[in-house]
Amino acid sequence: MTREDVLKDLKTRFTDDIIDIFDKSAKRVYIEIKPQSITKVAKYIFKDLGARFNIASGVDARHHMEILYHFTIEDINLLISLRVKLQKSKLEVDSLAHIFEGANWIEREIHELLGINFKGHPDLRRLLLSDEWPEGVYPLRKDYKEWDKKAIRDRGV
Amino acid sequence: MAKTIVPIGPYHPLQEEPEFFSLTVEGEKVVDIDVRVGYNHRGIEKLSEMKTFDQSTFVIERICGICSTSHPFAYTRAVEDIMDLEVPERAKFIRTIIAEGERAHSHLLWFGLAGHFLGYNTVFMWAWKIREEILDVMEILSGNRNNYAMFKPGGIRRDIKSEDIPPVIKKLDSIVPTLQMLKKAVMDDPVLHARTKGIGILSKEDSISYCAVGPTSRASGVARDVRKDSPYGAYDKIEWDMVVTQNGDVFDKVVVRILEILESIKIMKACLLKLPSGEIDANIKDIPPGEGIGHIEAPRGEVFHYVRSDGTNRPARHKVRAPTFMNLPTYKATVIGETISDATIILAAIDPCYCCTERMAVRNVKEEKLYNGEDLIRLSQEKTERLREKYNYER
Repeated sequence: MTREDVLKDLKTRFTDDIIDIFDKSAKRVYIEIKPQSITKVAKYIFKDLGARFNIASGVDARHHMEILYHFTIEDINLLISLRVKLQKSKLEVDSLAHIFEGANWIEREIHELLGINFKGHPDLRRLLLSDEWPEGVYPLRKDYKEWDKKAIRDRGV
Repeated sequence: MAKTIVPIGPYHPLQEEPEFFSLTVEGEKVVDIDVRVGYNHRGIEKLSEMKTFDQSTFVIERICGICSTSHPFAYTRAVEDIMDLEVPERAKFIRTIIAEGERAHSHLLWFGLAGHFLGYNTVFMWAWKIREEILDVMEILSGNRNNYAMFKPGGIRRDIKSEDIPPVIKKLDSIVPTLQMLKKAVMDDPVLHARTKGIGILSKEDSISYCAVGPTSRASGVARDVRKDSPYGAYDKIEWDMVVTQNGDVFDKVVVRILEILESIKIMKACLLKLPSGEIDANIKDIPPGEGIGHIEAPRGEVFHYVRSDGTNRPARHKVRAPTFMNLPTYKATVIGETISDATIILAAIDPCYCCTERMAVRNVKEEKLYNGEDLIRLSQEKTERLREKYNYER
């Protein structure tokens, strides 16, 4: 299996799900897919292509939110980043935690830092932020201004 | 029976990564576990968005005090990936030397502490004595014993002087026999075998599902190492071997790390001997818009950085993923069904930052008793003591 085979295979298998493929360099490829297809495509890449899930990274791109799921196929030295664009009015995507355990923590992190809901996640508690942190304030968003100092004082934190 | 227990006692912000584990036990046996992290969440990803590309290199060097080079290494590679830049050959070799020196001292530090948890304080003394020599080497090469500040996007900041190379090689050569002695002493010890073999097994399937990285996955027979799979620096230009073992228990994790120390010293020596001449910096001016990924093999596993640039002098997004983020959840798969006295060493085998063990509280459901970190180390050392008597060991 070569790099070209993998890309061709993904292209034919997921014609309806893939929006765009950006072939950046020999080791990197970015594939933009429809948000509702993430479980299907990620499952194929992880289980059938034997990739390792590196991590997901959520990005606030001002007009929309992006999640990039990074997978490495070690045998051919290729890093595939699946890009999902979410409208700010509907920040919801299916959870991958039931396919592989490695997605569990990072989805909790993206949930609390960017406010994206992961449907079907087994345990969407906070991971990094403290219990005193107010609901609905997401520190990694671009419109986040320093959280109300008065609130901190009043809570005695 | 998932309960969260608030840690009792003072909170030390000076210790890195104070995590909280609540183990639910029945008698001696662990039946459930809940991990809480985030006590020391510093918001570095957000902070990095407010710094320039050059400043970020130094902010992220402070993420971890032990593997301080791995984050700048991954970050600079991510920035270079945005513009598809190859750094000069000499810079690649020097980067590799610094990264391997760090791996050697980090594994030795872990090895010493693991010995301490098991009640083998001699191992602790020996390992840290050798680590001291490695830190001296790093001081000669970079000017610092830790937080080397050698990296910048496009190259490195400080060259290695040619007159420093022979004393460094001599020093590295003198470490090897001591390490071999220590390796033999530890790997042949029947008490250590009884204490670590078959304990806290991470199966191959679990390792893949949890996406474990580094020595934690290589001890379970999953041959994954970024240095081999996606060579960077000088790793494809010299001869070295990836260490893989099959059983996934604590003993195998010890073995992987001991052998990796020897490999690291081998790589350092080879790089110093083959060090090419030339530039050490590509002199980057502007970072174009785009996105880049940099991943490298740190002592604990793969460090992953994602950087997005929008054409300004600051990153628009900087995602940092440290190896413990993937390895720590595997604790759930390894500790359930084991005894409390083994809980410390099973956690230590992942090589998280050590203060975690001291933030661990155990609730005994039957006796309503709360153990703290000291109690757990004592329990662990007592178990070794019992085994020593069984094997007729003299103190």
